[in-house]
Amino acid sequence: MERVLSAAAVCLLTMGLVSQGVTAGPVTPAEVKISDGEIKTSLTGSAGSAVKGREWFKNRKLGNCLACHVNSELKEEQFHGEVGPALDGVAERWNEAQLRAIVVNSKIIFGEETMMPAFYRDGGFTRPLKKFKGKTILSAEQIEDIVAYLRTLKE
Amino acid sequence: MGTRVISSTAAKLAAAAGLAAVAAYATVALAGPNDNELAVDGQKYMTEVPGAKDGPLEKVYSGWRFRNEATQAMQLDDFDNPGFTNVETGEQLWSTVDGEAGKSCESCHGDAAESMKGVRAQMPKWNEAAGKPLTLEHTINNCRTQNMKAAPWKWESNEMLSMTAFIGLQSRGMPVNVKTDGPMKAWHDKGKEIYYARVGQLDMSCSGCHEENYGKMIRADHLSQGQINGFPTYRSKWQKLGSIHRRFKGCMKNIRATPFKVGGDEFTALELYVASRGQGLSIETPAVRN
Ligand code: HEC
Ligand code: HEC
Ligand code: HEC
Repeated sequence: MERVLSAAAVCLLTMGLVSQGVTAGPVTPAEVKISDGEIKTSLTGSAGSAVKGREWFKNRKLGNCLACHVNSELKEEQFHGEVGPALDGVAERWNEAQLRAIVVNSKIIFGEETMMPAFYRDGGFTRPLKKFKGKTILSAEQIEDIVAYLRTLKE
Repeated sequence: MGTRVISSTAAKLAAAAGLAAVAAYATVALAGPNDNELAVDGQKYMTEVPGAKDGPLEKVYSGWRFRNEATQAMQLDDFDNPGFTNVETGEQLWSTVDGEAGKSCESCHGDAAESMKGVRAQMPKWNEAAGKPLTLEHTINNCRTQNMKAAPWKWESNEMLSMTAFIGLQSRGMPVNVKTDGPMKAWHDKGKEIYYARVGQLDMSCSGCHEENYGKMIRADHLSQGQINGFPTYRSKWQKLGSIHRRFKGCMKNIRATPFKVGGDEFTALELYVASRGQGLSIETPAVRN
């Protein structure tokens, strides 16, 4: 009886360690699972910051989402592109799990032909510049921040 | 900018009325090329021609039609066109003796207005001795090394840009007319393959921007068809003239792709293919862009 208990305790302990290991490092691009057009859980294990997401969204070296999307919530930015649809009210069209999937890998959601880059993919590119080889455009944290920001875009 | 605001408002109004399809058309109609006409000293330029029957573009537009009026204006008067500083330098170099053979371009080619007329419009052109198509830059350097026994000019040097601007000017107003058949066919097809291939971390192709989305804004830039009828082109961003291959390189780096070698076979093939997409457009060298 004692032995069984302690085995269970060891088991619980290791599980605790393992799950701590998972939250310490984000899900890698290879581990991401998109099913039915959704990624249900946060890549980092915690919620992103919409305030930071707003920065990444407009930053030309990071999301640069404004290159292709009009977004009235960022009125103070002079230039908004029109290659993709306006993102006004986007939170009412897609739920959080869908928005996460769109930003992580737009190709799986809209098809290979979409102009929208896959922001959390680190391979399969042709002739990437050396300094971007094996890298994702955005980090897991930045993806979660942007998802949190997109969730605020309601009409 | 004005166009964008109008078109997105139009799109919203149409969407509100449940006319999503109409909204798409409205955006395109309002955001396309502008209707201005390009004429310099009374000479009119073709900035819009019908596309080839079996070609990818219904209408072919010069990049000039997508620039704002301030940029357009700089090309309307040669005194305002900053590219003409290089044209003057090129004219001087034309008659400057250089190299061990003791010759200038003029020694063999005489008056450039005669001998170089139409040359830019046909480049890149098949060269039997080389067994491949050569760009204008390659041809000039061949003459320097073989006929003048002079050192080749660097691709993006002031000398080369000045000479390509000066020679290009002798074709100004003439229609782009490159050959794509015979031995050129394989090079044309290779260029086409490069044009449609997705590259870089952003995973985009030339066609994604310049065929599928021309007329739209991509952040602050109004996307054109990426035509090369105006090269070498003065760009305010560069504050100088730049070659076709420099532009290709810049577009590739923007999508985080490793560019092909300037002057190499891939960019020569791509240059030929892009030129063929602009058949019939007037040569505008030296054009002004932003
Ligand atoms: C190069 C252009 C481009 C960039 C950059 C881009 N997108 Fe997109 N996006 C598109 C296009 C085009 C679509 C439409 C989907 C399709 O049919 O291809 C789209 C669709 C979307 C949608 C779905 C919109 C809807 O209403 O259905 C969302 C959400 C979105 N993008 C978010 C983003 C975010 C967030 C970023 C920045 C991290 C971004 N996009 C960057 C081109 C782009
Ligand atoms: C020793 C004589 C000689 C000199 C000097 C010379 N070339 Fe040439 N060049 C030729 C010959 C020969 C050809 C090939 C025959 C032809 O197409 O006229 C040629 C061809 C060309 C062509 C291609 C013309 C076409 O119709 O495709 C260009 C451009 C050219 N030369 C530019 C120059 C320039 C610029 C210089 C000076 C930097 C120069 N050449 C100096 C002899 C010369
Ligand atoms: C992400 C979008 C994008 C892609 C992909 C792209 N370009 Fe561009 N390109 C631009 C923008 C923006 C400009 C400046 C505005 C304009 O003329 O379209 C430009 C300008 C040009 C010009 C100058 C046009 C002129 O009138 O002077 C050429 C030529 C060109 N691109 C060729 C290419 C080629 C070839 C490729 C593929 C290797 C390519 N581009 C890929 C965005 C792109």
